[in-house]
Amino acid sequence: MEKNVQNKILLKVENLKVQFKLKRTSWFSEQSVVHAVDGVSFNINKGKTLGLVGESGCGKTTTGRAILGLVNVNEGKLLFENRDLASLSLGEMLRLRQRMQIIFQDPYSSLNPRQTAGDIVLDPLVVHNIGNQKERQERTDELFALVGLRKNQQYLYPHQFSGGQRQRICIARALALNPDFIVCDEPVSALDVAIQAQILNLLCELQDELDLTFLFISHDLAVIQHVCDEIAVMYLGTIVEKADRVALFNNPQHPYTRALLSAVLTGSSDKKTSRIRLEGDIPNPINKPSGCRFRTRCSFSKEICVEQEPVLEEKYPGHWEACHFRTSKTQASI
Amino acid sequence: MTDIKSKDQNPFFSLEEIDSEREVKWRETLRLFCANRPALFGFLFIIVFIFVGIFGSILVPADPFEMVAVPLTSPGVGTLFGSDYLGRDVFVGIVHGTKATMIIATTATLVTVFIGITVGALAGYYGGIIDNILMRITEFFQVLPPLVFAMVIVAVFSSDILVVILAIAVTTWTTEARLTRAEFLKIKEQDYVTASRAIGDRDRRIIARIILPNAMPPIIIAITLRVGITIIYEAALSFLGLTDPDIITWGKMIGQSRDYFFDAWWTVTFPGVAILLIVLCIALIGDGLNDALNPKLRGR
Amino acid sequence: MISEATEFDPNNILTVKDLSVDFDVKGQSINILSKVNFGLKRGETVGIIGESGCGKSMTALALLRMVPSPPGKISNGEIFLNKKDIMSLSKREINRVRGREISMIFQEPMTALNPVYSIGNQLVETIQQHKPIDRASAMEEAIELLRSVQIPAPEKRISEYPYQLSGGMRQRIMIAMALVCNPQVLIADEPTTALDVTVQAQIFDLLKKIQNKNKTSIILITHDFGAVSEMADRVIVMYAGFKIEEGTLEEIRNSPIHPYTKGLLGSMLELKTDSAGFRERLPEIRGSVPDLLNRQAGCPFGPRCESATTRCLQMPPTFDLGDNRSVMCWLVENGEN
Repeated sequence: MEKNVQNKILLKVENLKVQFKLKRTSWFSEQSVVHAVDGVSFNINKGKTLGLVGESGCGKTTTGRAILGLVNVNEGKLLFENRDLASLSLGEMLRLRQRMQIIFQDPYSSLNPRQTAGDIVLDPLVVHNIGNQKERQERTDELFALVGLRKNQQYLYPHQFSGGQRQRICIARALALNPDFIVCDEPVSALDVAIQAQILNLLCELQDELDLTFLFISHDLAVIQHVCDEIAVMYLGTIVEKADRVALFNNPQHPYTRALLSAVLTGSSDKKTSRIRLEGDIPNPINKPSGCRFRTRCSFSKEICVEQEPVLEEKYPGHWEACHFRTSKTQASI
Repeated sequence: MTDIKSKDQNPFFSLEEIDSEREVKWRETLRLFCANRPALFGFLFIIVFIFVGIFGSILVPADPFEMVAVPLTSPGVGTLFGSDYLGRDVFVGIVHGTKATMIIATTATLVTVFIGITVGALAGYYGGIIDNILMRITEFFQVLPPLVFAMVIVAVFSSDILVVILAIAVTTWTTEARLTRAEFLKIKEQDYVTASRAIGDRDRRIIARIILPNAMPPIIIAITLRVGITIIYEAALSFLGLTDPDIITWGKMIGQSRDYFFDAWWTVTFPGVAILLIVLCIALIGDGLNDALNPKLRGR
Repeated sequence: MISEATEFDPNNILTVKDLSVDFDVKGQSINILSKVNFGLKRGETVGIIGESGCGKSMTALALLRMVPSPPGKISNGEIFLNKKDIMSLSKREINRVRGREISMIFQEPMTALNPVYSIGNQLVETIQQHKPIDRASAMEEAIELLRSVQIPAPEKRISEYPYQLSGGMRQRIMIAMALVCNPQVLIADEPTTALDVTVQAQIFDLLKKIQNKNKTSIILITHDFGAVSEMADRVIVMYAGFKIEEGTLEEIRNSPIHPYTKGLLGSMLELKTDSAGFRERLPEIRGSVPDLLNRQAGCPFGPRCESATTRCLQMPPTFDLGDNRSVMCWLVENGEN
């Protein structure tokens, strides 16, 4: 294990598993279980951004929420600054949780319509009983300035803001307790293109200014490429490929990653560029395929893929992949 | 802001820089409520009823149980609203009945709503086993005919006004519970509730401060309806002779005089109109409150 | 140079002239759509792009005369479909046109299908509405339709219910329904926004295939320039109810004129092959979409525009640069750009 001062690990996730039990159809039927997150491990270094990318239902949102304790974790370890979250006392745990916050995708449903913007941002301070009324007000003013909102907008209600401004309020709320780590759950997916740029700029600025660590969840590869230092690609509850930014986009290994990259529509692309087209949809997570989860849509699938589930292996330094084949060779032959 | 403007020389006046004034919440709510004419009308009318309820027996000192006229005298002949089958003054009855009717209606409603919201909120928020248990209890109360159940309670204990109030509340809270539970189930999935949990908010505060205010609109409507229903329940109980015989209520007046409706319409109509007015006023007030508390309807 | 109402082009299958839609909000009339002109040729795809609230979806609804009324109404304009004046048709006639000559695919395939009827039921009903055939042959046609939108095992799928299908499948069903009568014009309102990237690509492939086979004209409404580049021949950029720029895909992509178009393309993130621009500040359009209730006089984009001058306090006209290229900005007149 490297002991590098610069690459201090802030959060370590080990073999995280989250399962949802579905309602029984009858008293005697077996209860079906959805393995939403099925053994996910990664580290995030302090001040860096890890991107989680994948299609809907791949478990990326659940992973983020499990880290924050918003859904129950069935198995696995979460280490924040080398301290196991499960081993802490309740008080310590609550104090640690304050340092981990979340920004949501939909800025319309993530703000209480009955509270003013100021009250929403102030709420974390009230909950944790921090400061007196004057200090709280000062902190709110400060936060509003930080995210680019005017002070006098504190007295407005969420519905009086545009989508981009609402997302700024959400960011201000997440910053209220001075966190170190923020889960950004698709923070720009619901916004218009021009507003997306504003919010991404803001997030990058804040990260530099406040030395924040992000877990950045998105389905949009262009956004991921713009902000993430390291990227993990998820498919049906597991990470299929994990590498730093340059390696993942320039030398994608897993067939799924390559198909995903190839499917992205770009403004400058020629209409004639050949694309890898995936057949069909993501399988139902209740009865996922045996062996490799991706085999039903993979064009390289062989018998071994049916029988054995590939494990995430380090194929190049820092480049992890879960596939039975060294697919870089096959790519070269295409 | 001004130096930025001169720098890029955009001649447009930026609308976003208009100051928003801090509004004092309750004052704004009050202003909106007062702007709502029907609600204000309802509120003033309720004040009148309350005034009558408190000072009625002083202003009209006559005994409502005393025979003052020939039975079933028409209104205007000696008495303002006529007399009932025992020659008692209907007007005096209404004035003296205001107090008891309103106390029973408001207290029973409050108790009903309190039980209903508590059970519904807990079941909806926590789900799982708690939800299962609370809902089975709710169903148990739902399958019993409420009037029969209330009769049993009053008959077993006593026909004291307190027992009547509790009997009404205990038998009818299920509607509110189910309604609150449904709203909670819907709202607890919203991201702003998750956000509250992420900042470390306690369950109690999330339930009371975050979810409940958002669940209120349908509940307020249920409450206004509940007031009317409670008055009618009380009338039904007094009609069966199960309430305190020394207290006069509007429901009791209607119940006792129902046989004479065709011969002496005034014996039933005047107390009926009084009940109608109260229920109407409460409905208007509820509607007005609902609008005044909803920030989306606040004037821009 | 300033365009009068565009000439009636006989090549156009659909011509829209000066289309305006007003909404009544709190007794105030708001202009949702202001004098929009455009034409659509046979077999052509026109992309309408803009931010939320720019009036792009309202344009689609207006073309079908489906503007929710009240509070909305088409206050002005003419729509010609195959030389037929849509605005003067009776309710019955417009119902006949809808689905037969022009049909629409919606954004949210989950809510656009009725959850209590099977796929087959819904398709058969649509077919029988338009064609006088019996149930059995309608069923056969439905299966054929499902096959044409590349749904595997259509005989089995036809008896399933919407909840049993994935998002991509549902969108295919929606497309199949829109294709029942082989319409000449297909309006696709954000057809892939609710879908995953890999499925998105499949749907676009399908739409292109259908277009090639039937020479269908497509109006693609989207906020995603990537989708427009994938599909469209011509692009219309809309802002606050105005058509602010129109041109071929190449013209818009390579030489946008309107500052808004430039800003929109500039702030769009693209997948890059090199590691350039990592965490660099993206160009942004400041502020947000104007509140249509409190419009300012002059150019609708003025308050957010980097190159606004006092000139812009007056409403700029639409400058016609010939060959369906037009821009609504004073910059063109001054010969800048």
